[in-house]
Amino acid sequence: MITSEIIPRPLARLPWRLIFMVAAIAGFGLLVLYSAAGGSMHPWAIKQAIIFLFFLAVAIGMSSVSEATIKSITFPLYGATLVMLVGVEALGLVSKGAQRWLELGFIRLQPSEFMKPAIVLTLARFYELVPAAEIKKWRAIWPALLLLGIPAFLILIQPDLGTCIMVVLCGVTVMFLAGLPLYIFLGPLAAVSVAAPIVYGMMHGYQRKRIDVFLNPESDPLGAGYHIAQSKIAIGSGGIWGKGFLQGSQSHLDYLPEGHTDFVFATMAEEWGLVGGVLLILAFAMVIRWGMKVSANSKTRFGQLAAAGLSATIFFYVSINLMMVMGLAPVVGVPLPLVSFGGSAVMTVMLCLGLLMALERQQRSVSTLG
Amino acid sequence: MNGAKRLTAVHQSLTFSRRMLLVSGAQAAVGAVLIGRMGWLSIAENEKYQLLSENNRVQLIPVPPRRGWIVDRTGKPIAINRSSFRVDIIPQQLLDGPKAVATVASLLQLPPDEIDRINRELKASRGFQPVSVADNIPYEQYAAITVRLPDLPGVAASRGFTRFYPAGAAVGQLVGYVGPASADEYLKENKNPLLLIPGVKIGKEGLEKELEQTLRGEPGGQRVEVTARGKVVKELDPKPDRSGGTVQLTIDADLHEYAARRIGDQSCSVVVIDVTNGDILAMPSMPSFDPNNFSDGISQAEWKMLSQDDHLPLVNKTTESLYPSGSTIKPSMAMALLNAGIDRNQIVVCNGVYPLGNHVFHCDKRHGPCDMKRAIEQSCDVYFYSMCNRVGAEKLSPMVRSMGFGEKFDLPFGTQRFGTVPDPDWMMRKYHRKWQAYDTINMSIGQGYVLINPLQLAVMASRLATGKRVIPRLLKSKPVVPQAPLAVDADHLAFIRTAMAGVVDHGTAAAAKLQLDGIQMAGKTGTAQTHNLSASERGNYTAANWKLRDHSLFMAFVPYDNPRYAVGAIVEHGGFGASVAAPLVRDTVTFLYDKPKAIASLQAFEESIGGTLDERLARKTAAWRSANGLPPLPAAQA
Repeated sequence: MITSEIIPRPLARLPWRLIFMVAAIAGFGLLVLYSAAGGSMHPWAIKQAIIFLFFLAVAIGMSSVSEATIKSITFPLYGATLVMLVGVEALGLVSKGAQRWLELGFIRLQPSEFMKPAIVLTLARFYELVPAAEIKKWRAIWPALLLLGIPAFLILIQPDLGTCIMVVLCGVTVMFLAGLPLYIFLGPLAAVSVAAPIVYGMMHGYQRKRIDVFLNPESDPLGAGYHIAQSKIAIGSGGIWGKGFLQGSQSHLDYLPEGHTDFVFATMAEEWGLVGGVLLILAFAMVIRWGMKVSANSKTRFGQLAAAGLSATIFFYVSINLMMVMGLAPVVGVPLPLVSFGGSAVMTVMLCLGLLMALERQQRSVSTLG
Repeated sequence: MNGAKRLTAVHQSLTFSRRMLLVSGAQAAVGAVLIGRMGWLSIAENEKYQLLSENNRVQLIPVPPRRGWIVDRTGKPIAINRSSFRVDIIPQQLLDGPKAVATVASLLQLPPDEIDRINRELKASRGFQPVSVADNIPYEQYAAITVRLPDLPGVAASRGFTRFYPAGAAVGQLVGYVGPASADEYLKENKNPLLLIPGVKIGKEGLEKELEQTLRGEPGGQRVEVTARGKVVKELDPKPDRSGGTVQLTIDADLHEYAARRIGDQSCSVVVIDVTNGDILAMPSMPSFDPNNFSDGISQAEWKMLSQDDHLPLVNKTTESLYPSGSTIKPSMAMALLNAGIDRNQIVVCNGVYPLGNHVFHCDKRHGPCDMKRAIEQSCDVYFYSMCNRVGAEKLSPMVRSMGFGEKFDLPFGTQRFGTVPDPDWMMRKYHRKWQAYDTINMSIGQGYVLINPLQLAVMASRLATGKRVIPRLLKSKPVVPQAPLAVDADHLAFIRTAMAGVVDHGTAAAAKLQLDGIQMAGKTGTAQTHNLSASERGNYTAANWKLRDHSLFMAFVPYDNPRYAVGAIVEHGGFGASVAAPLVRDTVTFLYDKPKAIASLQAFEESIGGTLDERLARKTAAWRSANGLPPLPAAQA
């Protein structure tokens, strides 16, 4: 916290270190997008800069919202998002095609994006309401499963596997931290690890092939494994120091598909090397750690669970994307927040950060007063 | 109640902290895995991925190397490259594809199916790889395209090379031919991009195929940076190409061509060997195909004509065709007899027949009393029946084999058949029966199971001439194999040579005596039966029974007293060895010593059979085409 007579108090109370860190990540992202466009602000970097600045302002604005207000809008927000998800589904049914967004004229609204922070807040609110003694009871479990399961199912049939996985993981993290009995988590985990080989055995040839290609993308470098293979080539060929700014051949010669969106990390790593990659990962780690600290320092149960869940959202974004581009996870279409071109991920992450800043401000004022 | 709840709340807060630790730890672990994975990719596997990235980025537009020459022992060209003109289309530079194709097609007067092919290939091609429009076009058409090039972006007219064989059909069987790579050949070479370049020809047959690796050279090329979609971004330093290596043969091109022409219309192969080092000086196999036609691509009709010809123009007879040796085996048999202790002066009286059991073996006439020398000179079968039967096959076959029959030589020909010299063991292995006396008798005159190729016949002549193990050689680059002495008595050898000189001087091949001062030829005729013809049929050959006639063989070496050259010749269904093969060998040998004289007799010979090789081949093609209802070929391009 900066204390100075010159800077107005509300500004001085902002978590500036976090904001600098986020701005640094986004700024680096703009450089990468500039390079991905062949050394041009158009068409991506300039748009991304505007989007980022807009949502940064939104996040800073949100930081002054009180915890009580957040709590009070949690359930309505969840309800509204669910309605929008159903609406998207209905629209898709009418137009006989897959649809993920609502066209509102000036903006395309992707309700599944809102669901990520919404599910975290809702479950945090739910477990705040559950008395501590009830936590191991079935009554504390099935409503949460329902709250999580319905939107997850709606997103899955859009179909948007990446977002679905993220929503489920965020929700499960909150449930885990809420103190649900361990068997709730270990049971399904054990079941999956037993069932996976059996399911694999019962699969059709083409389904198996997809899994084989994921496990070894080099086996089909021109087909399904092309994305992963080219991404690994970009990252691996960058070496320690990278090929240099604007020197990435994989991205500039179009060998790397989606080099400005989902595979932007590969574009970055090709030019900035291991050094750039590690710095970026560390920067994200610091942002997430900041969020986890907000959770740890929180005085209220809602604050604890919500802050941890929101940090987890950012964590899952980053880790799933990076595992995907480095060939550790299948290609499920999760962008790298703040770096990948596109508004949705920026919006979600900035909403999460705005909420985190609000919660942090709350605990600071509480602690100052207390 | 209140206390219990507070306790649980404390408990809950403990659980939360514990689980927070777990979640944070898991997140840190994932972070570490991510950094570790990235380190693995960019440090440990950096080299591999850098290579893959370069392979993506840099493509080579290959410039085909110039194919190496094949030259004869004196450096005279046998296969060379002639510059030709060609037109290609580079799809990436094409602005108006259909218009360009239509213009070029009308300028070159391309047939509709060619236009279809071009359009098909254009559709399938990848950006920078040129599509061949026409190859080997006349200069006028090349010039017509060249002046219109500014209006035809994407069309490229260039000078290329076509394979040219100055001796034409005379060397067809020796060198084989070249042609564009087939899909199979492309796959067999791991999709070598060179083979896809229009105009690139690879060896398909004969030496062109066997020596492919030497002749091809290293393609160079323009290295370019290309995008994933095949668009060239910039040009990098070119990689120079390296022309194919020249291959020098031991062949004497003039002699080879002379022998090929002297064969005339016979189905025949002649092999001439320099006995001092084993160099093959000539090995024509006729009739043959003109490899020049093949290098431009041969028509279906032409192929059909060649494959239906009963004189087998598509077979290299020198190493692939097998024949009974006939009486040419007799000098070697005589060596074996001498080795086995037979007295050369012992007389066998020939009255034309040799009864064995209830079968009677014939001689071609009554020779009366014969010693060994006379038996060789007059080619008396009864003498050899009787003597060989006395000695037995076990003592005969090894000598015949050591003289080269049944032997396989290390020569650059993919297919070689090396025949059989039978013996009792072989009979048991192959036919599971015991060797009989009549087998010895058949073998003694080179019939029965004895099978040889023309090259082996020449090798036998050179080994009889030198008494050494002469090994034939075709590539100058191969070292001369040291000639180990054969396990034969020098006195025996001298005797056999004298007898063979007698064959030409006053024996069966007296008509083939060299008309050269001071040079005397030694030889042995052979007539190999293929069918049992009656004596009257044998004396009355017609075209109709060509296939049934005997093969005519002759082997020789010159000069008989100090041998330098050895020759083997087999004329398929030529009749008596003395009447066809021997004069052919005589003229060929004459060419070695007195070219004008040999050429004069060749000209007289060619006039008698209706013109030169090319003239006769053209006439034959025209006749075949009209007989099969095909239009005549257009006049050859100047």
